[in-house]
Amino acid sequence: MKIIASRTVCIGAGQCVFSAPESFDQDDDGKVVVLDDSPEPGAALAAVREAVEVCPSRALSLVAD
Amino acid sequence: MLKTDFDDARTEPYGPPEQHRELQSTNPVALLDWAGRGRGVWAITKYDDVRAVLSDFRFSSDRSKPDHPAHAAYSPGTIQGQIIAMDPPRHSLIRGRVMGEFTVKKVAALRPRIEQIVDEAIDAMLAGPHEGDLVEALALPLPSMVIGELLGVPYEDHHFFQTNSAIYTDQRATPEERTAATAAIREYIATLVDARLDTPGVDILSRQLAAGATRDEAIGLGFLLLIAGHETTSNMISLAVMTLLDQPELLQQLRDDPAILPKAVEELLRYFTIAEVGGLRLATEDLDVHGVTIPAGSTVWALTNTANRDPEVFPEPDRIDFSRGARNHVAFGFGPHQCLGQNVARLELEVVLQRIIDRLPNLRLTVPVSQLRFKEHGNFGLYELPLAW
Repeated sequence: MKIIASRTVCIGAGQCVFSAPESFDQDDDGKVVVLDDSPEPGAALAAVREAVEVCPSRALSLVAD
Repeated sequence: MLKTDFDDARTEPYGPPEQHRELQSTNPVALLDWAGRGRGVWAITKYDDVRAVLSDFRFSSDRSKPDHPAHAAYSPGTIQGQIIAMDPPRHSLIRGRVMGEFTVKKVAALRPRIEQIVDEAIDAMLAGPHEGDLVEALALPLPSMVIGELLGVPYEDHHFFQTNSAIYTDQRATPEERTAATAAIREYIATLVDARLDTPGVDILSRQLAAGATRDEAIGLGFLLLIAGHETTSNMISLAVMTLLDQPELLQQLRDDPAILPKAVEELLRYFTIAEVGGLRLATEDLDVHGVTIPAGSTVWALTNTANRDPEVFPEPDRIDFSRGARNHVAFGFGPHQCLGQNVARLELEVVLQRIIDRLPNLRLTVPVSQLRFKEHGNFGLYELPLAW
């Protein structure tokens, strides 16, 4: 699975960084930065799924490779 | 038609009003009679629908529209220039400019200072008579100090801020008192902004001005941060401490495994969902929710408090369960207006609970919870939390 992140709709709540710190960070403006767009199945992918679920601006999605 | 006046009491004892729970299972998109305003209001009670409404800008937050349910004519204390009262593109511009101030990393860097403030408050509690009101001793001063320092408010003015923002959010205050408190805070922040225009400092307002914010935008932002970052956090701190003292098995879980503290904070946020009226919107066109068409011009109320007790999303929703790990709650709202300072609130709550557990082992309630006075209708919380330690 591959992470797609829209920096245009991101509102910088940082919820993805809380849920999946290995996969997401924020730049100085608060916008999402994807650190690793292909999380390993298991704990890393589960954390990214949570990030997608809690993102308040629905800026994140997971798509099949 | 069911009536509401936004003052239906919480039940069981902290959950949503019974009427709203019934709607959730029987009529999740319900037109109620908003008796006090002489018009209808669409109550949205299911979790998925609440999130859908709050993430759709066609449900407008623009309070300058005369029909908006939170227009200044109805909400004493509403001021212009606040991002909670805007739609895009203005909202996107102003929020985009400030959101870098509240990144997870920047907030985490506040931890040592927050720990210091909490420790000093606890030092003072231990140096005194070992009993008193936690709201006054800790729950209100902490968020006040934190937001004051972020805004660059001199320490000697913190008391002024605490007094006036307490009136602003006190539902028992008269409209005249709230209007006067609003004016006093706004005038103070205007003075602060003007000083920063002359001599920039190392605070949020100075950086916003440098990044292109107008004077009015800086005032609106300063006002919002002060009000939003203050009373709400204070209410959550006192409610969280009350809960741990009233349900010792929960406190024991935190003693046994401090690593669950962040999960406990999320669960307490979900359980109390203290901000009750953040979900008021105006439908700008005919919009479909859960198969029901809400006509253009309607008032819509997305009930986050009821959504956070939706049993389809949170099984046994009335039970506090720290293992739930529910980060998907909507206590901070949802969508583009979701609370800007939520990570500061989480951190303050976490530090307070941790320090109280570590440093106040004898902390206890001095009156039964049933005798505590709760703030209702707007910002749920406690007027006082009398404790001994």
